[in-house]
Amino acid sequence: MALSISHRVTGIGLAIGTLLMTWWLVAAAVSDDAFAGVQRFLATPIGILLLLGWSAALFFHFFTGLRHLAWDAGYGFDKPLYERTGWAVIAATIVATLLLWIIGFAVW
Amino acid sequence: MARTPHVDVMRSPLGRARGLGSARAGAHHWWMLRLTSLALVPLTLWFLCAMVRMIGATRDDVVSWMAGPLPIVLMIALVIATFHHMQAGLQVVIEDYVDHDWLRIGSILLVRGLSLLLALACIVSVLRLGL
Repeated sequence: MALSISHRVTGIGLAIGTLLMTWWLVAAAVSDDAFAGVQRFLATPIGILLLLGWSAALFFHFFTGLRHLAWDAGYGFDKPLYERTGWAVIAATIVATLLLWIIGFAVW
Repeated sequence: MARTPHVDVMRSPLGRARGLGSARAGAHHWWMLRLTSLALVPLTLWFLCAMVRMIGATRDDVVSWMAGPLPIVLMIALVIATFHHMQAGLQVVIEDYVDHDWLRIGSILLVRGLSLLLALACIVSVLRLGL
């Protein structure tokens, strides 16, 4: 199903996202200026778009990952449950991403 | 006439299992991918909470946050689990889609090397911030 390949695609996206985490941590370790630069970039529209994509991909990969773990343990294969958990993954991704960004903007 | 398929292999399936298969690693790679994904469930949720608190933070904010014993340990755990999971996952994708032998081996080595360097950069940075 489409969700399975999306698990891989978001995984590749998240691998690119680790570059962002690395940049953020290294800049924080290097200097005030370098870190202020990252924080400024992340607050630009492009930065926010990247973070939005990253958080959505992370939640999606997180929830499809849980589904894969359940399959590995031998659960969730019968057709109605399989369909239901598929839709639950999509719903949970949307809800979690929205929630994170509502909290994020409230803190900001 | 249908005949029983016969393969001329001297080695029995049990022998293969004992030798842990052609890669000599058995199910280790598969298991590590699941193990790191399990570890990343709580670590990722913690990381997201921590990062929300770092919105608009200055470097001093990060330093005082990382000064606690919990953040420094959990950050290093997160970095190790993340990059291990990343290289193991990307290896599976590469093995499935890259047909050419040298290209496949080369890209797997590249991914592993880069993952290791990124993980080290993150760990050194966390230690510099928190120690």
